[in-house]
Amino acid sequence: MIPINYYIILSAVLFTIGTLGVLTRRNALIIFMSVELMLNAANLAFVAFARAREIATGQPLFDGQIFVFFVIAVAAAEVAVGLALIVEIFKSKRSIDVDQMSSMKG
Amino acid sequence: MSLELIFFLVLALASVVTAFGMLLSRNAIYSALYLVMNFITVAIFYLMLGAPFIAMAQITVYAGAIMVLFLFVIMLLGAERLPDTQVLPYQKWLARVLAFILVVETGYMLLVRGKPQGEIIPPEASANMVDSLREMGMTLFNEYLLPFEVTSVLLLVAMVGAIVLIRKDKKVG
Repeated sequence: MIPINYYIILSAVLFTIGTLGVLTRRNALIIFMSVELMLNAANLAFVAFARAREIATGQPLFDGQIFVFFVIAVAAAEVAVGLALIVEIFKSKRSIDVDQMSSMKG
Repeated sequence: MSLELIFFLVLALASVVTAFGMLLSRNAIYSALYLVMNFITVAIFYLMLGAPFIAMAQITVYAGAIMVLFLFVIMLLGAERLPDTQVLPYQKWLARVLAFILVVETGYMLLVRGKPQGEIIPPEASANMVDSLREMGMTLFNEYLLPFEVTSVLLLVAMVGAIVLIRKDKKVG
């Protein structure tokens, strides 16, 4: 028996660590990974709430899990395009430091 | 304290430590490997929450495909280590303060204002996983058929987009 609050606290802490990564690191790849961590924290809260609802109603409920499945699929698409962009930026600037990406023209 | 709670706390500690490892590693390869560990602990949480399909999808798609792509790009670019260029020196401290405020606010809104009720019971060992998976498939392909198809188009668009982004440079040069 684990109170649902524990899952929510864990999810909030993981989300905050992801936010810290986006705000403090300058490596574009690490920032990208932090975004993935934030998505993951949101997914964990989703599944925890879905399970709590399932237990409360006594009926099997899959909507929360299916939503998480879609989030995973969208994250995969996002990573494919994002990494292609990072490779392109590296080709033109020879760096993936986000502080270097301050000009509008390549 | 029950055995489940101890298991949860140990796993939660592991996932927070690996997340911090990802954040603090100077080497991007180590960051990626810490993140793989973090995804695997979250997959175990999904198993404890009675979502075996999501747990497996997490391991194959996130820890498998996405992180391999990350590692591949890190090694391709040779971007393991970047010199620490800090244009805005106050930004790091500001970020830490803002993150602290964020976690306090999130905790306050979720736990004090929202008051989530109830306990999570792990599924019984005898629970029939095949039946549960079959029902989930029925829900996915009946109720959520349109979002599923839209997702497949989105993946196709992402794939074509990535190819176009990489090809463009080749044609010019």
